[in-house]
Amino acid sequence: MKISEEEVSHVARLSKLVCSAEETSAFATSLTKIVDMIALLNEVDTTGVPVTTTMADRKNVMREDIAKSGHDKEELFKNVPEREGDFIKVPAILDGGGDA
Amino acid sequence: MTFNHKTIDELHELLVNKDISALELTKATLEDIHSREEAIGSFITVSDDWALAQAEAVDEKGIDPTNVMSGIPLAVKDNISTKGILTTAASKMLYNYEPVFNATAVENAYAKDMIVVGKANMDEFAMGGSTETSYFKKTKNAWDQTKVPGGSSGGSATAVASGQVHLSLGSDTGGSIRQPAAFNGIVGMKPTYGVVSRFGLIAFGSSLDQIGPFSKTVKENAQLLSVIAGPDSKDATSAPVDVADYAAKIGQDIKGMKIALPKEYMGEGIDAGVKETILKAAKHLESLGAIIEEVSLPHSKYGVAVYYIIASSEASSNLQRFDGIRYGFRAEDAVNLEDIYVKTRSQGFGDEVKRRIMLGTFSLSSGYYDAYYKKAGQVRTLIIQDFEKIFADYDLILGPTAPTVAFDLDSLSHDPVAMYLADLLTIPVNLAGLPGLSIPAGFVDGLPVGLQLIGPKYSEATIYQVAAAFEATTDYHKQQPIIFGGDK
Repeated sequence: MKISEEEVSHVARLSKLVCSAEETSAFATSLTKIVDMIALLNEVDTTGVPVTTTMADRKNVMREDIAKSGHDKEELFKNVPEREGDFIKVPAILDGGGDA
Repeated sequence: MTFNHKTIDELHELLVNKDISALELTKATLEDIHSREEAIGSFITVSDDWALAQAEAVDEKGIDPTNVMSGIPLAVKDNISTKGILTTAASKMLYNYEPVFNATAVENAYAKDMIVVGKANMDEFAMGGSTETSYFKKTKNAWDQTKVPGGSSGGSATAVASGQVHLSLGSDTGGSIRQPAAFNGIVGMKPTYGVVSRFGLIAFGSSLDQIGPFSKTVKENAQLLSVIAGPDSKDATSAPVDVADYAAKIGQDIKGMKIALPKEYMGEGIDAGVKETILKAAKHLESLGAIIEEVSLPHSKYGVAVYYIIASSEASSNLQRFDGIRYGFRAEDAVNLEDIYVKTRSQGFGDEVKRRIMLGTFSLSSGYYDAYYKKAGQVRTLIIQDFEKIFADYDLILGPTAPTVAFDLDSLSHDPVAMYLADLLTIPVNLAGLPGLSIPAGFVDGLPVGLQLIGPKYSEATIYQVAAAFEATTDYHKQQPIIFGGDK
């Protein structure tokens, strides 16, 4: 199955990525090859076979709801790219943007 | 002065007897790292100051004679969180990220007074089989610096194989510990899913990822696994099993042990020299009393296709968290919030990571979910059932770790499908959550070949028992690459 450049752009949008024309064309080629390789699975009869989604032996792990102290606020701010007081600074959320 | 030719038991004796201090050992290890680093490129970060301070603290506290890891240096793959030490996952996205907590595996190593000397190079977010997708640098194979080190835990493997450090931690989602261990002629274990907590491991494929140890010998590998393993309240998928000593069965004979050799692991796509080496290893195990029989794992050929759907789907979800807001890289020219997400991710991720995010998003998207993600999950069940059938009659499975020896740098990096197919022998083990070990089993064209031993869930001690019996009667693990050097 061929993955078109339109499909690459669509999937990139869903993934919050943007690709140049050159990248879009390269991804269309490589994703087509991968999807062709994956098409091998079509020959397997999976009628009635359950889907495996986890290898964990425990499913629901319960614990007592006890409050514990977490990380220090200043420590958590250490990696924040831009800060204003006790807030993480970002550009305006609405279109057009600029400083909020 | 170097101690890189000593075993952990020998180092422990020197430390207990005060023939050397933890500080002297750490200094010597840092020298071993720096003197080889330009040629081999194992590390993204060498934590000199931290390691020296830690070693002094261990000396002050005193070496615990009952704790073999007391004062022993450790290298850690750069996708495993280390508090206060850069943890980049080899991505521009996290080029400046210093975790404010330790991964549980690292916390467990610190609890045993191990000393973290640096963070090892890897494929970006562990996506790759050659460490070539790292944003920072290329790592070279310890045996031939024109060859790849394997991946994704390439730096963790070369650090041990080239004599920079005795022990390291890697992570394995589809072969990322076993294949670089094989390519560099050392021992690498992917434990049963859940045996080592994934807390603090930067998530790639959450139903597949496992942290595991690298070492030069089997016993040292079991010793390190004993330190990092165990249930963890911070990881609900960690296994409710607590094995105190994974080395417990080492030294026991393997007479009557039933080992299966799947014909699919010796079929199409496997290099003739690798096959010959593995058959010779199987004969050797037979001479030690094991019973080797050919079996079939009929669905193993679908493993790579299943894996790339499942791992990419899980990655597309896991990597949504990298948005430039709270930590790591943030694109500078964004005009609004959506723009921050898109520009940060487009500039911060490399091509292979983008490809997998897009493949995963595609597999999970409306109209394709049944044909891709659901179908892969069903074939995964059949792969698991293949293994269950074999383990009803056999103790272990053996085969090659990788279809070839280490390939040339830059030879597969432009062909993702060829790179993916190189993982065909390791991937089924992750899909089924099983333990798998690679040990040195010989050489082809001067490059190491890895023998893979696979067992049922929680059979690590038995795998180490068989591996140690093989190691004790062969000398492949004693051969060292030129870069290792050392004053033997």
